[in-house]
Amino acid sequence: MPKCNMVSAINLALKEEMARDKDIIVMGEDVGKNGGVFRITEGLIEEFGPDRVIDTPLSESGIVGAGIGMAVYGLKPIVEIQFMGFIYPAIDQIFSHAGRIRNRTRGRFTCPIVIRTPYGAGIKAPDQHSESTEALFCHMPGLKVVVPSSPYNAKGLLISSIRDNDPVVFLESTRLYRLFKEEVPEGEYTIPLEKAQVAKEGKDVTVISWGSMLHKTFEAVEDIDAEVIDLMTLTPLDEETIYKSVKKTGRVVIVHEAPKTCGFGAEVSASISESTMLYLKAPIIRVTGYDVVMPLPKLEDYYMPTQGRIKKAVEEVMKY
Amino acid sequence: MPEKVVESFNVKHLSILDEKGVADESLMPSLSESDIKRMYELMVLSRVFDERALSLQREGRIGTYASILGQEASQIGSALSLQKSDRVFPSFREMGVYITMGYPMHMLYQYWSGDERGMKCPADLNIFPLCIPVGTQIPHAVGAGMAVKYRKEKVAVTAYFGDGGTSTGDFHEGLNIAGVFRLPVVFICQNNQRAISVPRETQSASKTLAQKAYSYGFHGIQVDGNDIFAVYKAVSDALIRARQGDGPTLIECFTYRISDHTTADDASRYRGKQEVEEWKPKDPIFRLRLFMSAKGIWTESYEKEIEEKSKEVVDKAVSVSESISPQLPKDMFLYTYEKLTQRQINEMGEL
Ligand SMILES: Cc1ncc(C[n+]2csc(CCOP(=O)(O)OP(=O)(O)O)c2C)c(N)n1
Repeated sequence: MPKCNMVSAINLALKEEMARDKDIIVMGEDVGKNGGVFRITEGLIEEFGPDRVIDTPLSESGIVGAGIGMAVYGLKPIVEIQFMGFIYPAIDQIFSHAGRIRNRTRGRFTCPIVIRTPYGAGIKAPDQHSESTEALFCHMPGLKVVVPSSPYNAKGLLISSIRDNDPVVFLESTRLYRLFKEEVPEGEYTIPLEKAQVAKEGKDVTVISWGSMLHKTFEAVEDIDAEVIDLMTLTPLDEETIYKSVKKTGRVVIVHEAPKTCGFGAEVSASISESTMLYLKAPIIRVTGYDVVMPLPKLEDYYMPTQGRIKKAVEEVMKY
Repeated sequence: MPEKVVESFNVKHLSILDEKGVADESLMPSLSESDIKRMYELMVLSRVFDERALSLQREGRIGTYASILGQEASQIGSALSLQKSDRVFPSFREMGVYITMGYPMHMLYQYWSGDERGMKCPADLNIFPLCIPVGTQIPHAVGAGMAVKYRKEKVAVTAYFGDGGTSTGDFHEGLNIAGVFRLPVVFICQNNQRAISVPRETQSASKTLAQKAYSYGFHGIQVDGNDIFAVYKAVSDALIRARQGDGPTLIECFTYRISDHTTADDASRYRGKQEVEEWKPKDPIFRLRLFMSAKGIWTESYEKEIEEKSKEVVDKAVSVSESISPQLPKDMFLYTYEKLTQRQINEMGEL
């Protein structure tokens, strides 16, 4: 089995799926000749040609809107938004249309688009290049929000997202793109959407995270008998896996990179209180980015949850 | 180095049928007597539909409604040249387009009464649901055009929008992409002179809306939007070019919205009676009637007959729409995703 980083794992998923299904079209800014600014789409235009790997004008709303029009007429567009900080011009299309078409036509038209975008801090990028605003998309019914945390699950989740019949916002942590390699099988395997994964079993505390923060979480809980849950799909949320773990451990820490206020951690925390309150031995603690504009590189390490902050939160809930 | 002109263009205005009902035979599209009657009958039917919608709204039987009064030629004239296999992306004011394409009329009333089942397009048609956020349907048409081109299908795509729609980012992004990839999309702007209260001049400083096409590298034309022959000809020609792979066209139908913007609007706050009166003699139905009368294909008994027929069709549509079994509360969950989520299942249990 080849060892892949997240970039090559996603590239492999795209390549294999495009070879399988000629209705899959990749489009976005610089995705063709240049292979994408993170090289995710490298080699695709050589293999599949410019009719299937389309360099578009710089036009986020236009790209997503056109992707929607393709999707409703049976193609499978995978559009790349170059950075999450530039998805906002397309939010109107995503919110007003992608997530609603199935409902508003009572199923006559559907919108199976995949919107891929790099997200998050940690690569010393310029202003607006490190956003982690996944909660915006989680709030909108009709959309699925998927956040892989490793090369292996990036490939499996992307294939599932491509084959899904609903619109998927697929968020790829820039920090994880080249952080590490792991074995990623060639050929088809899928990881189901809407399922969280117990990434590490444990008895004392449940630590819930996704995407880039998972790795800091692992490092932080090395010496603790913690159960670590990787949500992988944020919406629709796999509550069952979460509650099962909470019932076992009685303690919860939620770790995410996004700002705290209205972050997705709030949703997870509230859901746990509603459903498994009587199993809780301690208050639920969130360890998150701060409620500030994502700082420029000099301060980004201070912004993001650190091992130390995660450790402290775990120690805090263990006091009860 | 002398300056030189590197690009120039002319914007044409096409009109065929004048206000007295006289047609310029040299420009007349080839239409049989029965084609012309069909144009007339669909305009009358759409108007009867529209009048009924307004009265149903006043009676509280449907919700807010956007009238098409005065825009029948733009809508019917353009839709008549479409084929069922073509893909249509309307705004919220295209009842005449839906009706012409054969969309079940009772479903239109059903939608305006607040039941989204009315927007489940029948399988043999390709007309998208009404689009409320202005201009956002334009990139969808462009994407459908990309799908058509990719599959090498011989179909065309139309996007309908108003003059206000041309000020949105999506209009520019959509036309730009359509131009770059030479997509088979016909952009049909119904310039009805206002976006709610804001006049056309406040949308754009350019002299015509049609000329915007030239900035995106394709053809644009302004037509008399109250002249069904001109609209029909311009749109038919553009659709043929689109289906042949000759790229997009922007057509500005220069028309007028006689009624209020919607039933929630009072147009007297922002426009004078005089202005409306000046547009009334340009009425598209009246104009075609004069033409038909001169040709001897319009008589009072014919008029009576089609009015009665239209009323019957509309009566039937209203009664069908009002006899449809009500939606169940759980129906609101059914089409959010392909499958219900666990949380939705729990929530449905609370109903
Ligand atoms: C994006 C957006 N902004 C504002 C509105 C509220 N609104 C509804 S219709 C309308 C005017 C539209 O004018 P135009 O595009 O000329 O179409 P018309 O209504 O004249 O047919 C406005 C401002 C809206 N629906 N969508």
